[in-house]
Amino acid sequence: MAEQDWKANKRVFAAVSLPTLLWTILFFVVPMAIVWVYSFGENAGLNEIRFSGTLDNYKRATEFLYLSIFGKSFAVAALVTLICLIVGFPVAMAITFASEKWRPWLLLGIMLPFWTNLLVRTYALMILLGQQGYANQGLGALWGGASWVKTLVGLEPLPTWEPVQLLFNNFAVVFGLVYVHLPFMVLPLYAALDRLDRSLIEASLDLGAGHFRTIMRIVVPLAAPGIVAGVMITLIPALGAYLTPDLMGGTDSQMIANVIERQFKKANDWPFGAALSFLLIYAMFILIALQSMRRKVPEVR
Amino acid sequence: MALFRRTPIAPLEYSRTLWMRLWVGAVMLFLYAPLIVLMIFSFNDSKRNVVWRGFTMKYYDKALNNDALIEALVNSLTIAALATIFSLILGAIAAVLLWRFRFPFKAAVDGTISLPIIVPEICMGVAFLMFFAKGLNWPTDLIWPLNLGAITIAHITFCFPFVTMVVRSRLASFNREQEEAAKDLGAGEWQMFRDVLIPHMKPALVAGALLSFTLSLDDFVITYFTSGPDTITFPVKVYSMLRFSVTPEVNAASTILIILTIALTAIALKLQGVKTIAETH
Repeated sequence: MAEQDWKANKRVFAAVSLPTLLWTILFFVVPMAIVWVYSFGENAGLNEIRFSGTLDNYKRATEFLYLSIFGKSFAVAALVTLICLIVGFPVAMAITFASEKWRPWLLLGIMLPFWTNLLVRTYALMILLGQQGYANQGLGALWGGASWVKTLVGLEPLPTWEPVQLLFNNFAVVFGLVYVHLPFMVLPLYAALDRLDRSLIEASLDLGAGHFRTIMRIVVPLAAPGIVAGVMITLIPALGAYLTPDLMGGTDSQMIANVIERQFKKANDWPFGAALSFLLIYAMFILIALQSMRRKVPEVR
Repeated sequence: MALFRRTPIAPLEYSRTLWMRLWVGAVMLFLYAPLIVLMIFSFNDSKRNVVWRGFTMKYYDKALNNDALIEALVNSLTIAALATIFSLILGAIAAVLLWRFRFPFKAAVDGTISLPIIVPEICMGVAFLMFFAKGLNWPTDLIWPLNLGAITIAHITFCFPFVTMVVRSRLASFNREQEEAAKDLGAGEWQMFRDVLIPHMKPALVAGALLSFTLSLDDFVITYFTSGPDTITFPVKVYSMLRFSVTPEVNAASTILIILTIALTAIALKLQGVKTIAETH
């Protein structure tokens, strides 16, 4: 049975549409519209904002400083997405082909960190990566081992281990974002792989293709919609990430969200912050438009 | 290895090959090691998270006697509970609207409802900051729990689209003949909704409730922009503790929150079973 026309049952339609529309308009569309209007305003005095319809805020956003931060945010988000894809794909494969008994528990294992508080996870990572954290101690032990091996074969030992700075730099931001977003990637990948017709893989193996070739030529093309979904679901939040660059990054690892935040707190330049927010939203729209174009291609075939 | 392997590995049993197991094991270690280290060090009798100096519960004592921290936790749980209830109602209503009716501008309505899922948190935070401060002149000196109103409204706005999404995919499997049968048997609209549709939606409602509760409890960015000086939530409090002084108290507080998450998951598992929970995500 198809959907009902709204005129056929106006009373029920009103009962379900009014609360939804009222809430969405009042608490989502209106706040967004306020940001949009502000982005065309300018500061006039300490707490005054004049809505002059100026484009100065957008012009300022195209200055090299802000363009480079936008570019850097894209680069970081793309790198994070790529690492998540490489790390997550085998995990999704393993979950898909795990036994009935194990599969739900492996899924739960991926989802539990996703449910754990983001701030707690970031803090946990900061402990581990700290100047005297376990990551540094582990690297130190490896270094010591390498040094020992070198003396064993009669070479000069390595100089003594200096703890490396693993926190408050760009490396930490990428590492932290991968840590936070990995579950986002694995779950859609799993959903796509799970729907795959396994006899195709078997056919490919029977016809003599190796496992690697089968994965690259059969599994990846068939799972493409899931891969695209996973990429989008990772890329979008990574692009707008605030907490990880704020807590784990150094002075040069600011991403666009940190710049926006600064306009609203320290710099107190709301119109400019509003313009940057909308530029970020437009960037998301472009990404989503690209994805839906990609999705239409196989349907045409 | 040979001892444990009863049958040879079939070509498609990727998860039984050694490389795959090592990879999955490494990823799980990557995901869980930081959390486990954090939890262990919350019992460490030292000011720094470096060397183990013996077992102590004193940081739990300190955290539990830290009134500001407890207040923040109570605020967070109150907001999460309220946001969950309202998101479930609103989300289910929106799902029914989009599932049942054909109406003008449906695609636009559908898109707008799911927009909060993709709009970056920072932009939503900024929007709520402006909306409550400039748009509404929202009073900031209300008594508890009314002073949590602004944060709760913000949380409902970004939680309910997730409920809609989950409920809608569940409704897709609803056999509309059941609806007709109910009507033939004399059920009114409301009775049909209560006795036929809601039971069918139940697994999605449980999943949606879990999702809303954790999303609300987890949120930092939007709350950071919406909260006033008297309405600190747990993540905002932990953030300021992290910024200004890292003490093992933060470890203790974080451990409490992790255990709360695990407990919630366990309850959801009891209600739904691991398979359904895994599938609804």
